Amino acid sequence: MRLKLVPDETAINFLGSWRFTFSFSMVLVVLSIIAFFTFGLNFGIDFRGGTSIRTEATQPVDIGAYRAAIVPLGVGDVAISEVFDPTYGPDRNVAMVRIQTQEGGESISPAVLAEVEEALRGHDPTLQFTAVESVGPKVSGELVQSAILAVVAALAAVLFYIWLRFEWQFALGAVAAIVHDVVLTIGLFSVLQIRFDLAIIAALLTIVGYSLNDTVVVFDRMRENLIKYKKREIMDVMNLSLNETLSRTVVTSLTTLLALGSLFVLGGDVIRGFVFAMIWGVVVGTWSSVFVASVVVKRLGVKRDWSKNNDDGSGKRGGTQFATGE
Amino acid sequence: MLQISLWKRLLVLTICLGALAFSMPNLFYDRVERHNDAIAMMDQGQDTPELRAERGLWPEWVPSYLVHLGLDLRGGAHLLAEVHVSDVYADRVDGLWPEVRDRLRDERAVVGNVRRLPSDDEAVLRVAVSNADGMDHALAVVRELARPMQTLTGMGANDLEVRREGDEIVVTLSEAERAATDDRTMRQSLEIIRRRVDEVGTREPTIMRQGTDRILIQVPGIGSAAELKELIGTTARLTFHPVIRQTSDPDTVPGPREVIYPSMDESGVYYLLEQSPVVSGEQLVDAQPDFDQNGRPAVSFRFNPTGGRAFGVYTAENIGNPFAIVLDGEVISAPVIQSHISGGSGIITGRFTVEETTQLAILLRAGALPAEMTFLEERTIGPELGQDSIDAGSTAAIVAMAAVLIFMIATYGFFGIIANIALLLNIAMIFALLSLIGATLTLPGIAGIVLTIGMAVDANVLVFERIREEMKTARGAARAIELGYEKALSAILDANITTFITAAILFALGSGPVRGFAVTLGLGIITSVFTALFVTRLMVVFWYERRRPKTIAI
Repeated sequence: MRLKLVPDETAINFLGSWRFTFSFSMVLVVLSIIAFFTFGLNFGIDFRGGTSIRTEATQPVDIGAYRAAIVPLGVGDVAISEVFDPTYGPDRNVAMVRIQTQEGGESISPAVLAEVEEALRGHDPTLQFTAVESVGPKVSGELVQSAILAVVAALAAVLFYIWLRFEWQFALGAVAAIVHDVVLTIGLFSVLQIRFDLAIIAALLTIVGYSLNDTVVVFDRMRENLIKYKKREIMDVMNLSLNETLSRTVVTSLTTLLALGSLFVLGGDVIRGFVFAMIWGVVVGTWSSVFVASVVVKRLGVKRDWSKNNDDGSGKRGGTQFATGE
Repeated sequence: MLQISLWKRLLVLTICLGALAFSMPNLFYDRVERHNDAIAMMDQGQDTPELRAERGLWPEWVPSYLVHLGLDLRGGAHLLAEVHVSDVYADRVDGLWPEVRDRLRDERAVVGNVRRLPSDDEAVLRVAVSNADGMDHALAVVRELARPMQTLTGMGANDLEVRREGDEIVVTLSEAERAATDDRTMRQSLEIIRRRVDEVGTREPTIMRQGTDRILIQVPGIGSAAELKELIGTTARLTFHPVIRQTSDPDTVPGPREVIYPSMDESGVYYLLEQSPVVSGEQLVDAQPDFDQNGRPAVSFRFNPTGGRAFGVYTAENIGNPFAIVLDGEVISAPVIQSHISGGSGIITGRFTVEETTQLAILLRAGALPAEMTFLEERTIGPELGQDSIDAGSTAAIVAMAAVLIFMIATYGFFGIIANIALLLNIAMIFALLSLIGATLTLPGIAGIVLTIGMAVDANVLVFERIREEMKTARGAARAIELGYEKALSAILDANITTFITAAILFALGSGPVRGFAVTLGLGIITSVFTALFVTRLMVVFWYERRRPKTIAI
């Protein structure tokens, strides 16, 4: 009575049609880039500056009426959207009101905020303002910078670590996979116009972490098998490694998706975008370790004779090895 | 073979029990929190039966560390303020003038008359001497005022820069002195904000310096950021100036060393005042909300001895003249001095409400901010939304946990149960660590924990899959288990170190919510590697020693 998602012995030729799968990935990457430049990202106030007000009411949300209440105040661009969540009952209606950044480098002034709240209450006196967030343009600019810096720094650090532990081909393969995942995520966010804020950057970096985790496990097995089977075709060794790690890949992806899925449904709307990004990341991350990272390594070619690279002096394996066992 | 020395077994066991003990208070959050609050109150000398009852809610000998809940979970206000540090330069330079004047007057025979010239930049002091031949001597005299500074670089920098521009002596603060002044301004601002927030008496406010000129303020439980802004955004600089005359023309050009301020209550009324105050708010030792003889709300105050003496001398010399009480550039009132005020105390009246006098008294007691502040970012989260997020987050975590537990048992059977125990221990360890280091749990932090639930099993999965593989070739179960752990190690370490690197970078470069997520993710990685390599292994070994199976069903 054991759940077996993957049979004991598999011999799937993952890299057999690498031209097709790799091109498929590349097309998605190109489409994502096009989507990014066509639709752009729906930046949240963290990156664009401005104010967002979360309203809760017992009456249904009337976006038109909300807009009509705020626009005469002359506060500039107003965006209003209703928030849906499966856990809300019919008498719980949530909306997000977003106002563009006001003059100067500061956050919203109490006077303007009070005006907006009063105008909205004029439409619906039962309205509650459960959260108000305001970011001045000075800070939002810096947040953009530090977000980009974080992603680039993460990529560089990882590139360096893998280069240290494996070979440069693997490092390039891993980074290609990560860039692929990040670009596809940004692409999806621009197509679906999901709000892109600081939390999504955290999600992006987690995707980087997850994808890397997956890629490194596959690479680790490849390194082991490349040493074990010195004479076999590189393609065979890679396929063998992918098959050997397949069961683990499937189990881990599934447990992670189970956890994320429950967070997506039950975790509330505040972090739904964040969780959505991660679910997507797990899927593309798993895909990219096989069909991007491995293919890049295969195309770059790897040194077969690892025994000559004895920088640890043990004479056993290449690269730096951690001590194993007790 | 599968041998683990006794001390290692005991150590692992101790860590696991410790984790359970230190995470457990979080299950009784409300009770433990009330217990902790009661202890804090009693430490301050309060003692009531109610407090004792609250303290009794949780036994003394049980750990009572709790995870702090972030603003997004508890509700409250967050502000990011920028302090205008350069405001202070002008005051510093201004304060130099009397000293410069006195020194040069002593040398009148050489330098002639001394005159302060107007300057566009308030942080620059311009002085002219009438005798051009004495210029070099005057420069030398002024230079003597500069004091060497203790700097880290030890370059022997002075606090002032004195140079000659045409026939003017120009005094500015040196680069090093500016940096030192900035630092002092920031520390003062932090201290004063802390005092003001403490006066309101909320739980665990966070008041932190960020970068060179910013302050992050997070106050749980406060109604809105606007409220918080009012409390800490007011400079509350109180000064007493001699009045030159009252005017209704706001465009009156003040003479040298004079200022014009509007009246707080009467529109269209302006006062022309001497710029240098007689006494200022720094010399206050106390301020209390009060009422004047007509029963109107007022604020009474008391000066320290120096301030009291200066005030006494001034009032004695100026009976019949008006003086102005100025708060942040507005004249609250300008009474005529009736008599010599010697006691060093007084009362400020104006058109105040009772709330305003209470607020003003708090601000005056806490002291004035050394410089103005503007707010770059603000967030208010209502307590209901916070509670909703906690509820949603914990439901999601429980469901996620259940799903993963069931899945693991279905996939690995007995070994799945071991992995599940390890997973539960893992969560306990994360909470124990979060409580011990006093970290703050945020909503993204909960997401980090849920993600860890999914990923924590990964290390175990790697080992189990490896054991499964080794069973095909290895001689006997013991060997397979040993090889499984040995060969999975490098993959586990590599995979987790890379993820840990990204968590560390998130922590270093991220802000606010991102950091909360990075902390739980990073801790989750450490604990999951620990549990996989030591805890599950110990469990597997215990099991193997009891059963001695020939083969393993995994």
